[in-house]
Amino acid sequence: MGIVVERVSKRFGNFQAVDDVSLEIASGSLVALLGPSGSGKSTLLRLIAGLETPDTGKIWLTGEDATHRQVQERNIGFVFQHYALFKHMTVRQNVAFGLEVRKVPRQKIQQRVDTLLELVQLQGLGNRYPAQLSGGQRQRVALARALAVEPQVLLLDEPFGALDARVRQELRSWLRRLHDEVHVTTVFVTHDQEEAMELSDQIVVIHKGRVEQVGTPAEIYDHPATPFVMSFVGLVNVLPGDAGFLQRQGMGVLNGQAFLRPHDILIRTEPHETYTPARIQRMLHLGREIRVELILDDGQSLTAQVDRERFLQLELQPHQRVYVRPREARSFPLNYSI
Amino acid sequence: MAVTRLAVPQGWVAWLLIGVGAMYLLLMVALPLGNVFYQAFRSGWGAYVEGLTTPEARHAIGLTLLVVGVAVPVNTALGLVTAWVLARYPLPGKGLILALIDAPLAISPVIVGLMFILLYSTTVGMFREWVTWLGLKIIFAPPGIILTTLFITLPFVVREVLPVLASTGREEEEAACTLGAQGWQIFWRVTLPQIRWALLYGVILTTARGLGEFGAVAVVSGKVIGQTNTLTLHIERVYMEYQTVAAFAGASLLTLIALGTVAGQALLGQSEQGQKG
Repeated sequence: MGIVVERVSKRFGNFQAVDDVSLEIASGSLVALLGPSGSGKSTLLRLIAGLETPDTGKIWLTGEDATHRQVQERNIGFVFQHYALFKHMTVRQNVAFGLEVRKVPRQKIQQRVDTLLELVQLQGLGNRYPAQLSGGQRQRVALARALAVEPQVLLLDEPFGALDARVRQELRSWLRRLHDEVHVTTVFVTHDQEEAMELSDQIVVIHKGRVEQVGTPAEIYDHPATPFVMSFVGLVNVLPGDAGFLQRQGMGVLNGQAFLRPHDILIRTEPHETYTPARIQRMLHLGREIRVELILDDGQSLTAQVDRERFLQLELQPHQRVYVRPREARSFPLNYSI
Repeated sequence: MAVTRLAVPQGWVAWLLIGVGAMYLLLMVALPLGNVFYQAFRSGWGAYVEGLTTPEARHAIGLTLLVVGVAVPVNTALGLVTAWVLARYPLPGKGLILALIDAPLAISPVIVGLMFILLYSTTVGMFREWVTWLGLKIIFAPPGIILTTLFITLPFVVREVLPVLASTGREEEEAACTLGAQGWQIFWRVTLPQIRWALLYGVILTTARGLGEFGAVAVVSGKVIGQTNTLTLHIERVYMEYQTVAAFAGASLLTLIALGTVAGQALLGQSEQGQKG
């Protein structure tokens, strides 16, 4: 195991940031800690790094108990949300920092820095200062600096949070390729489910300081363990379990709520016995998909999503009368709450 | 740009305003300062040098350098630690601590002198028994002068460094930590470069204030010629004895240092802006 978190809790004053979390992260994997802001995901990352000390519990790094080890001795690489580059040092000096404090011979440092700058595609910018770089470039310097010390574990706190959408997209696929090359156990924190899905082998969904679910992106999306995961990972309709719309398909639940993904709602324009009549309120064009906001005759509103071909085929218009039925619904017992 | 013309007077009004401002500056600042140098060199270079090289003058310069030589490093080191602790730890009563640090700026120097006499004097001081028992000579001696100077120059380094430390935050220090740097390496390689301009500025202010202090030092020193006279006290004494050239020679030395300080501040201000830009 690359990282093992064993029943770790951390409290800040009255705020329980991390609440009895246990977690195993395989060596060489790329894992996302996914959750809303304030869910404790960043605190968990800082606990693994040793930047925070757990109140209770243990942290194991590559098979060794690191709970009481100093940050300096954990051999980790950490990329901060706002990069935390040393402003008074050039790119080269930033990348060389970890090697210099380890008293690596000068010539070896120069070689290693050259290799890393090539790896992060910043060969020509070694003598620039951080203030002279774009956000994406700074991010890559931060990565090179963290990788320079050949860490056992690479930890990234909201690595793409401060970048604009296009750069973010580029850096994501670049980081994925980089990980496939370097193969260091990597954990990153994000609140963006798309980012987590796109990048990681495993996703850990965190909510209110607890782990809600651990799984591959497909498992998390297709088999959410809790209503929270269901609603956090992608858009979802929440219906009372006894809604007629569901009963008609035998999908109702007596006590509880039902959760439906927008693309699990089927739409047709002709009446049918298993379909429920509805009216289109609004339509949003999202590129390849069209989101259709509907209202059922009993007043229940629903969000459906259809692909472009289906949309053109049905010739949907605003305020048009349509007929809908659920393809699949997922229900959870009532004592769950989002 | 009619609005600008209306807002800023033009023509003779403008010249009048500029003239008034310039005259005021000339009369209140440039003339007195210039006169210091005029008086100092009135009787020629020889008299000037003589005024600065009498045994008493040399001793006074030496004592002032000793006082500043102790006060500046001590207040720089302790000021740095204080600023770091205040910036990095969520201490209760931080406002009170800051007010205490500012107190030396607000208290009249004469009171400062009295405070130390009432603590360490061998006759009226609170610690007189300790002082006598240990055989220390604090009041009417260099240690007293150093103590008061330490008190008076305490706020400058803290006040300059604290806001910079607070605004830069912990992240760079934490980053250095994750890269394997130990406490001292982090301080020398990351924290100190972040605050170097503010620190230098604080040191300059501390030095200037330490060199120029008169009131508090006058109270605790006893003004023993050749023993506890600092440069400012020496200037006052020779002036009272109608040795105008010698007085102004000493004054010109302090004034030069002060002007150097102002120039240093201006240069630092520029390089700081250059860094940000």
